Amino acid sequence: MSKSTGIGASVKRVEDYRFLTGRGRYTDDMTRPGQCHAYIVRSPHAHARILSIDTAATLAAPGVLTVLTGADMVADNIGSLPCGWLIHSRDGTPMKEPKHLPIAADKVRHVGDQVAVVIAETLQQAKDAAELLDIDYEELPAVVSPGSVETAGTAVHDEAPDNVCYDWIWGDKDKTDAAFAQAAHVTTLDLVNTRLVPNAMEPRAAVGEYDPGMDEYTLTTTSQNPQLIRLLLCGFTMGLPEHKVRVVAPDVGGGFGSKIYHYAEEVIVVYAARRLKRPVKWTAERSESFLSDAHGRDHLTHVELAMDPDGLFLGMRVKTTANMGAYLSTFSSCIPTILYATLLSGQYKTPAIHAEVKAVFTNTVPVDAYRGAGRPEACYLIERIVDVAARELGIDRAELRRRNFIPPEMMPYDTPVGLQYDSGNFARNLEDALALIDYDGFPARRAESATRGKRRGIGFASYIEACGIAPSNVAGALGARAGLYDSAEVRFHPTGSVSVMVGVHSHGQGHETTFAQIVSERLGVPMEKIEIVHGDSAKTPFGMGTYGSRSLAVGGMAMMKAIDKVIAKSKKIAAHLLEASAEDIEQDGGVFRVAGTDRSVDIAAIAGAAYVPHNYPLDELEPGLDEQAFYDPKNFTFPNGTQICEVEVDPETGVVKIVRFAAVDDFGRVINPMIVEGQVHGGLVQGIGQALLEHAIYDEDSGQLLTGSFMDYAMPRADDVPDFEVKTNEVLCTTNALGVKGCGEAGTIGGAACVMNAVCDALDIGHMDMPASPERVWRVLRDSRPAMAAE
Amino acid sequence: MYTFSYQKPSSVADAVATLTGDDDAKVVAGGMTLIPTLKQRLAQPSALVDLGSVPGLTGIRRDGDALVIGAMTTHATVAADATVRSALPALAALAGGIGDPAVRHRGTCGGSVANADPAADYPAAVVGLGGTVITDRREIAGDDFFTGLFETALEPGEIITALRFPIPKRAGYAKFRNPASRYAVVGVMVAETAAGIRVAVTGAGASVFRVAAMEQALGGTFSPAALDGIRIEADDLNTDLHASAEYRAHLVTVMARRAVEAAS
Amino acid sequence: MPVSITLTVNGRPAALTVEPNTLLVDAIRQHLSLTGTHVGCDTSQCGACVVHLDGVSVKSCTTLAVQADGRNVTTIEGLAAPDGTLHPMQAAFKEHHGLQCGFCTPGMVMSAVDLARVNPNATPEEIRHWLEGNICRCTGYHNIVKAVESGLQAMKTGAAAQAAE
Repeated sequence: MSKSTGIGASVKRVEDYRFLTGRGRYTDDMTRPGQCHAYIVRSPHAHARILSIDTAATLAAPGVLTVLTGADMVADNIGSLPCGWLIHSRDGTPMKEPKHLPIAADKVRHVGDQVAVVIAETLQQAKDAAELLDIDYEELPAVVSPGSVETAGTAVHDEAPDNVCYDWIWGDKDKTDAAFAQAAHVTTLDLVNTRLVPNAMEPRAAVGEYDPGMDEYTLTTTSQNPQLIRLLLCGFTMGLPEHKVRVVAPDVGGGFGSKIYHYAEEVIVVYAARRLKRPVKWTAERSESFLSDAHGRDHLTHVELAMDPDGLFLGMRVKTTANMGAYLSTFSSCIPTILYATLLSGQYKTPAIHAEVKAVFTNTVPVDAYRGAGRPEACYLIERIVDVAARELGIDRAELRRRNFIPPEMMPYDTPVGLQYDSGNFARNLEDALALIDYDGFPARRAESATRGKRRGIGFASYIEACGIAPSNVAGALGARAGLYDSAEVRFHPTGSVSVMVGVHSHGQGHETTFAQIVSERLGVPMEKIEIVHGDSAKTPFGMGTYGSRSLAVGGMAMMKAIDKVIAKSKKIAAHLLEASAEDIEQDGGVFRVAGTDRSVDIAAIAGAAYVPHNYPLDELEPGLDEQAFYDPKNFTFPNGTQICEVEVDPETGVVKIVRFAAVDDFGRVINPMIVEGQVHGGLVQGIGQALLEHAIYDEDSGQLLTGSFMDYAMPRADDVPDFEVKTNEVLCTTNALGVKGCGEAGTIGGAACVMNAVCDALDIGHMDMPASPERVWRVLRDSRPAMAAE
Repeated sequence: MYTFSYQKPSSVADAVATLTGDDDAKVVAGGMTLIPTLKQRLAQPSALVDLGSVPGLTGIRRDGDALVIGAMTTHATVAADATVRSALPALAALAGGIGDPAVRHRGTCGGSVANADPAADYPAAVVGLGGTVITDRREIAGDDFFTGLFETALEPGEIITALRFPIPKRAGYAKFRNPASRYAVVGVMVAETAAGIRVAVTGAGASVFRVAAMEQALGGTFSPAALDGIRIEADDLNTDLHASAEYRAHLVTVMARRAVEAAS
Repeated sequence: MPVSITLTVNGRPAALTVEPNTLLVDAIRQHLSLTGTHVGCDTSQCGACVVHLDGVSVKSCTTLAVQADGRNVTTIEGLAAPDGTLHPMQAAFKEHHGLQCGFCTPGMVMSAVDLARVNPNATPEEIRHWLEGNICRCTGYHNIVKAVESGLQAMKTGAAAQAAE
């Protein structure tokens, strides 16, 4: 029977009421007394030198309070937006790290780069006045395509004359070369992993406040990790003492990675608030989001797979050019390296792998983590080349995967790219997914589609990902400039209700429910007496926030440790209250009992005794029941699974319709199946979006973003996507006590590969690049079937 | 948005008078195109003349062998109207496929026609059904109304009051929509009218156009197969991120066949 | 020149003075402090701003406040009963996990409620078509469709129960 409460139950979300009644509190919903408005003037050019900025007419316009430029920030020693991960090139030199000032001071480097900020009493006044700003630019040639940066003849940054940020290698080259030398068959593939715009539905916003009396700052911002923003704001950009700065991320309307980073606008509103001594608010318009939120993906890759005569994988070589955009965003450097090349083994026992990654600067918006971050790129190339190999070898695609899967008995398994997978039953996920979609019935369905003039295809993606980057010392050795632990504080109140302050942040994931489920089960406290507090540096302990599907595996484990401390102390209090020895106290949820007796006390009474310590072992214990813990994981966690979809292609128009979709995932222990399924659905649609609809396109010459609004950037809508059949196979993670692996990104990791494999199957081709938009599909069909085009 | 003044005339004559006295004033009907344009500061009208309170500009009535639809009638109303659905289902289908429900609740047929967006659906109806645009001062045949990219035969200050569509023997509309904006990449209206077959294409060119070869072929046999082999020249067609001229040319034939299949 | 307008918002009269270029959504969010109605785009695509104008769903980011003069506006804040009991459509979204970050939710729910007026027996495919003007980035729509299906049913049952009283 399914449970109605605690771990494993589909508890309805506690956060829903406020969202459903319009009482969510998002950053743009805040209005502060005396608030004024910032409008950011952005570069219309991809690459240009700023010769002069004449602010006189703007300053004289009605309502204008100030105009700020890069020169002001330089004069006030405002620092560069930092990059959090140092990658070294193959020759041992550190990556090129050019300055990234919150407002450009010398050159603008992408369309949308900040040039000036106009602050006025109203937004309308700021916009009106911004039109009076006289900026003189000297336009420079733009580097747009990542494939030709070295010969572009122009440098985005003087520090990188060839526009190369780093040239990094991973894996054993000699062993891989040897594997290729003995291969019976080598499959090769060139592919593009398209640039995407994350497009969380809430546009970014920030409100800066300064209290001159207390010399204190408050930044309210649309962030996935407010503590990290405070660290970067204090330690790097603004140089403020952390104890004087509070960063709040209230309700946040989706992130998908794009709200991890420390953005220029956060510095701008805090800096402006200090100068004006008034609250300053900025909210992005969607067209501004397209030009200022970090983008995702954007890889050019050549991959080779060496096999023996039976199709067993012997080795893989990968060469990738990764577009960093114009500046290094907060985590950009680790995405195409540490979060990408380490995953190139996939679910397969490929013994030798070598990767070369060249990261390049271009005059485009910075690229950083977008849901999946490096891992979808790895999965896409692996699962695509496996399909192409199966096609070339004439082996069924499911069978080729089966032959190469790492079997459960080989766990823990050391991959040739530096990871140790702890657990997983890859073959079972595949078999279950095949059953769910009725793989055996596919030929009949294909034939039926053909009678309607449609071409049906089926595709798989057997993905694995790595979540909860850790441990900190290993990450540090790989270049991380921050720790990767998390934290929690479990605070009982005197009458038995509980506040849990966590360092992770919920912006759609439902932590207020799932974390409370764990607390409720472990401590026997009813859900309505538990509150999960997140997103406010003044309330929560220092944590690293939410990204990379880490919240439960890292933050949840920190909370478990704090809960264990509460239990340990409660046992001692119970022992005192029950006049027994602490070793004899057994805990079952909220009940603490002397073993073998009916003498017990509940947790609420223990909390009462702790806060009103009249009958309390004051000589042995401090009063209070309030415990904090930090947790630094032993290893990554490795969610894995198989996704299968079927598409129908209309050969007349090239339209691809997804007609069936099944996913079987191993997320380790599932806390709330309803929420987990929702995460899978959402992730899959972002994968489908990349495969069929979404594509950020720049004009090669001008560097203008051609898909700069929802009029041209095709977001998946309700009528573009199918229903999903999803199932989980729990194989508990062996490296954390909860047994959890993480579920936030899984759908996106395999989604695009799965759909493209089905499309290529339907079209009976080896490969086509994403997105499989109608015209591209129509052209593939026309070019591969000349007879059809003549019909 | 730049600032503007707001006028709410109570009659067509008042509206015309305001527009005539102020070259920079603009009419707003549903505002589904105008308001986004204003938000982007791509237009700076001195005044908006809102037809929302002018009586007599909404409603659908049968007038002999024609349907007359008030210019301020919304797409949602046209799509749901029992008279339109029985007499001219192709028009109901066209109106029901514009934008999304919230847009259809505000957007009007007169506004769409006056705006003459090359990717709008209504121009295909006006031309494909042999309709007439009725203004405050005259009637303009659909064939003469659309004169180019966002260009019409309307004079400054002239206001569309209604559209008249002769009821065809049968008609069908097929649209290939832009996956992002949901406007027509190609939309084709095919109609068998008392005066003969009409095939009108929107989305593909600078402005709606008819395809004589298709009209001729369908005049022989009104069936999808009659269009096989008829290809449109790509030379003058639009190319954008979503569809090249060549692909649009191909889609015109495909959508025309589907419009014939859908015709009722 | 500011213009005086009178609206009925969630059943209560509201007199406002707005500039002609004030959008209805700004009047709702800024003048009336009803921040449940959101702005997610600037091209009338996303539907986070959907409210009911005289009982019909419209995009309040593409409507001028002056165009709503004298009319009834219902926002997400006006949907639940005065005692806080959720409207059947709101309850269905909670029951079926039809929301994650909550940002698109108000517009999504307002659009869904309007579907009951037009097509109370909508099929899943019709629901998907109806919601094409409401973009959600979190849910993948699967659970939204389930929620709307269930919410439409609950609204019918509720209406029938009321009629029987």
